[in-house]
Amino acid sequence: MKNLLQVAYLDIRESLRSKWFIVYTLVFGGLMALFFITGVSDSVVMGFTGLSRMLLIFIQVTIIILPIFILITTVKSISGDRESNVLEYMLSFPVSLKDYYWGKMLGRFVTVFLPVLLALLLGVAFGLFKGGAMPWKMVFLYTALLFSLSFLFLGLAFLLSTVLKSTDMALGASFVVWILLLGFIDIALMGLMLQGRVSDSLIVTIAMLNPIEVFRIGAISLFDPELTVIGPVAYYLLDTLGQTALMVYAFVYPIVLGLLLSLLGYIVFKKKDLL
Amino acid sequence: MLVDAQHINKTFLGSKVLDAVTLQIDSGDRIALMGSNGAGKTTLVRALLGFYHIDSGDLSVLGHDPVKERVEVLKHISFIPQLPPPVRLSIEELINFIGKTSDLDPRQIIKEAAKMDLDIAEHKSKPFYKLSGGMKQKLLIAIALSRQSDLLIFDEPTANLDPKGREQFYQLLSLIPEERSTLFITHRLDEIKALTNRMIYMDLGKVVEDEKI
Ligand SMILES: Nc1ncnc2c1ncn2[C@@H]1O[C@H](COP(=O)(O)OP(=O)(O)O)[C@@H](O)[C@H]1O
Ligand SMILES: [Mg+2]
Repeated sequence: MKNLLQVAYLDIRESLRSKWFIVYTLVFGGLMALFFITGVSDSVVMGFTGLSRMLLIFIQVTIIILPIFILITTVKSISGDRESNVLEYMLSFPVSLKDYYWGKMLGRFVTVFLPVLLALLLGVAFGLFKGGAMPWKMVFLYTALLFSLSFLFLGLAFLLSTVLKSTDMALGASFVVWILLLGFIDIALMGLMLQGRVSDSLIVTIAMLNPIEVFRIGAISLFDPELTVIGPVAYYLLDTLGQTALMVYAFVYPIVLGLLLSLLGYIVFKKKDLL
Repeated sequence: MLVDAQHINKTFLGSKVLDAVTLQIDSGDRIALMGSNGAGKTTLVRALLGFYHIDSGDLSVLGHDPVKERVEVLKHISFIPQLPPPVRLSIEELINFIGKTSDLDPRQIIKEAAKMDLDIAEHKSKPFYKLSGGMKQKLLIAIALSRQSDLLIFDEPTANLDPKGREQFYQLLSLIPEERSTLFITHRLDEIKALTNRMIYMDLGKVVEDEKI
């Protein structure tokens, strides 16, 4: 445990000094700043208050870019350490693989989750300063969603970089997974739906297995299902599952999936050659 | 006995990299491990350090399985890589990590480094990879020496040094106390002869010669 915390602590120290972390923080902080400047947070449209509207846009953008950010930076640093023989050296000391792997994971989690959380809180603080009411439920739900989103893609990144030994392969695989989850599945679903060849419940099931889709739906689940912005699948789910069940699912399912992926990565790390 | 390897085999992508290697290392051995590129020297060392899972055979280091009991094994071995790895931790963080994992007072490392005229206090917040080549090499050796390991393993430590750097390096090595065993992978027997008492040649994954000198 002492070594696990040490590995996590050092990984955090190292990340805080790295270029990727600066870029990462600037992107999410900058995104919030952009919202303030463009006045997204001021107007009241379709029943949304300015602050909720801003948070909704923030989370929707984040759902798209956070996964690829986490995948690229994590894969680069973990696979990069192996290729440059940093891993060989660090693991030549008596540290257990359990402490090393989970320590790295813990350290990474802190550095990928904290900046987005801070950006979210920054937005809330600014909204309150402008005189809005505190949207407690929304802030709480979005914090939970960002938490499980970060955790899931971190788990995936750890799995990819332990299974695929070269950085290029692991990066390539990251892109493929991201694009598949992001766009392809949606387009395929739409196509199937239009053709009407498969049952609605199959389409909904597929949508609910895609974590990105789950986050999207989770993020809008707070709003009135009658709102047209929500889309048919989300509408259907909200209607059948109910708001609370949907929110719990949107938080728990990605965590469970992330846990499985990172555990699988750990098993590969232990059972296969390290270098 | 420090190392006992019995008929160990390792295959990469269908080619046998370690071919029924049998080898014992006793305390007091100072070994020069030689052989052409691709002979399997690095693979053998990485198997001892628990990085590779061998396909068959028996391998124990101080009575432990290097993969299943890596912590026990690595408490007793120090590894000095061919090239100083581009570790981004600061010197202070690196020696704290080593102190914590290896149950060692980091001041031991500072003391050891001072013997080689390397002042760690002056550079402690610098990332390791930003040190000069000579300083990195000294620090790696200081770390290895301060850990009081039973076996020190060097993988081609001088392959990337100029003649002057090599000379300095050998001077550092003469600081290694007699009671420690050492294993050098090297191409330059002439330079290292004074520091060794046993020569092992490998070729195509096999130990082809093993003699005391
Ligand atoms: N991780 C690995 N994956 C695949 N092949 C490897 C790996 N490590 C070494 N090899 C191959 O095994 C052979 C022996 O390599 P190595 O032990 O590094 O030789 P040496 O250190 O004696 O030069 C080489 O042909 C090398 O290409
Ligand atoms: Mg080699």
